[in-house]
Amino acid sequence: MKRNYVLALAALVVVAAALAAAFGMSRAQAAPKQQKLTKVTLQLKWVTQAQFAGYYAAVAKGYYKNLGLDVNLKLGGPDITPEQTVLSGQAEFGIDWLPNLFATREKGGKIVSIAQVFNKSGMTELTWKDSGLNSISKLRGKKVGVWCCGNQPELFAALNKNGINPAKSSDVTIVNQPFDMNLFLQKKIDAAAAMTYNELAQVLETKNATTGKLNQLSDLNVFKMASPSVGTGMLEDNIFTTEKYLHDPSHATTIKNFLQASFQGWIYCRDHVADCTSIVLKNGTALGHGHQLWQMNEINKLVWPNSFGIGHVSPAQVASTAKIAKTYGVTKKLPTGAVTYTLADQALNSLKKAGVDVYGSKYKPIKVTVTAGGK
Amino acid sequence: MAQAGHAAAFRGRTPTRALQPAQVRAAAVRAGTVVGVLLALWGLWELYRYVWIREAWTWPFPVNDTTLPHIHSIFQALGQPTSQGPLLITFLLHAAWFTAKEALVGFGLGAVVGFALAVALVHSRLAQRALLPYIVASQTIPILAVAPMVVVWLKSGWQSVAVIAAYLTFFPVTINTLRGLQSADTAAHELLRSYAASRWKVLWKLRVPASMPYLFSALKVSATASVVGAIIGELPSSIQGGLGGAILNFNQYYSITPADLWATNLIAAALGITFFVAVVLAEKLVVRRAPEQRA
Repeated sequence: MKRNYVLALAALVVVAAALAAAFGMSRAQAAPKQQKLTKVTLQLKWVTQAQFAGYYAAVAKGYYKNLGLDVNLKLGGPDITPEQTVLSGQAEFGIDWLPNLFATREKGGKIVSIAQVFNKSGMTELTWKDSGLNSISKLRGKKVGVWCCGNQPELFAALNKNGINPAKSSDVTIVNQPFDMNLFLQKKIDAAAAMTYNELAQVLETKNATTGKLNQLSDLNVFKMASPSVGTGMLEDNIFTTEKYLHDPSHATTIKNFLQASFQGWIYCRDHVADCTSIVLKNGTALGHGHQLWQMNEINKLVWPNSFGIGHVSPAQVASTAKIAKTYGVTKKLPTGAVTYTLADQALNSLKKAGVDVYGSKYKPIKVTVTAGGK
Repeated sequence: MAQAGHAAAFRGRTPTRALQPAQVRAAAVRAGTVVGVLLALWGLWELYRYVWIREAWTWPFPVNDTTLPHIHSIFQALGQPTSQGPLLITFLLHAAWFTAKEALVGFGLGAVVGFALAVALVHSRLAQRALLPYIVASQTIPILAVAPMVVVWLKSGWQSVAVIAAYLTFFPVTINTLRGLQSADTAAHELLRSYAASRWKVLWKLRVPASMPYLFSALKVSATASVVGAIIGELPSSIQGGLGGAILNFNQYYSITPADLWATNLIAAALGITFFVAVVLAEKLVVRRAPEQRA
């Protein structure tokens, strides 16, 4: 009896220690020392999905390795702020929307955007066609779903442009929308925010409760923030790093090579949509194939074509994003020095010299058939 | 309760008996109850679904295949292949095993730290008075706020997850063990004092045996808490391979594949129950008569 509890306690300690050792060992074995590869980490904005296909492709096709890099793709999530991860030194590079970078800089976080991969906004606001809400101006007095925490300015700008003040509850009821489409599908809100590459597809992958058929694009009004009629799109996924890392001359080659290989990955995904989707699925085993194929195709539309070459956008576009961010309280002042494409241009030049098409001027999206449940 | 420690310390080994027919019958009754309760819950779920859909009631929420899938569709989802080939249940069991390892390390760490803390506190009233408020305060900070900080300190990886799990584990152990260490009979204390037993002897021969039932009640709470802690800890740690990653992923696609999230919750619950049962079995080995079986 006396020995039993002593034994049990000892066993507990031994088990804990053994497990810790086993974990440590498996880690050591899993990461053998690479010869001379420079290790860098890229913090993604969210978990594995086709939104980050270019980076997964660059790993899978060996583009990073060919340029002497060993790139660790670090997953994002609800509690992960890429800006914080990069500022705290846990990652050299990060992916996030440009307005968030402006906001972080204003609060003293010295980070700089070094490539703007998506050159147009993927944000939309959806309404059901049978509701008759066929323009933004008709959202007056309606329940409008918006995502919180820095994702609302595009829609707020669009409402304002149409004479609706989002801050006045007599003008419009703003509903804080969760990251799924249930409120909209159950018609508890009149309009919902949706990314072209994710939530829009989720609506289409759901069956209409009354007809039993999948929802169709023709059942919806899709207000794209990037479209000329709305015109309040902001720049989204960009690659950033810290000023300190950028201004250390010894990192210039690493950064340029990282951008070059990442661009190559995106170029591969532009030309091999199906293959790139498989690469993403291999990295996120429980994802639906249909949904990721849709996403890959929609993401390509946000990256291509780019008349400046992938990763580079016009100063006017950056200024427009900055202006919307300031108008809707994301930042207090217009940012300065937040964007520099010098190394992206060097990467583009190397690719052009190698005869790679960095513009995608002839890019044509594929047609994706929506599958029930995105399977 | 005070008797428990006393008895445990001084009682000899009871001889093991062969299984009696009465015991077999009791086991059958117990198994029957479990099955009966499960069937009743199943029935209630389906009845609720049926009535709410038939009457088109929308309070507290409209019922359909998305908000409340059939139980059998949840089990069916487990048998569906994922896009990469393996069945969902295989995928989830791998994820559960991954999370179980983190939770187990966290549980072990939390239990050892929690126990050591209790032993330290029981020997010093000053330490008790000085530290106990902070130990209690530590649990009022939401784990969601603690987790990202742990990740910043320890870098992301399974170690951070284990520490987060340990953070949820140690508290019940400390509080209950402290109580248990103080629970032995005054008579027993006096007896040992009459033998001029050292503090160390009193601790090992009297206090610790007396604390065992308390310790194990705490471990049962902690076992399930460590699983929850590991799942929550995975999210800020950039870990995709565990149940936390699976929950995040299926949560995102809840409107299109609701049964997948329910199925994941089922597996997560099963993992918590496994941990709980493991502690109950360990208790049976260490403490001959657990307090709840004495009725």
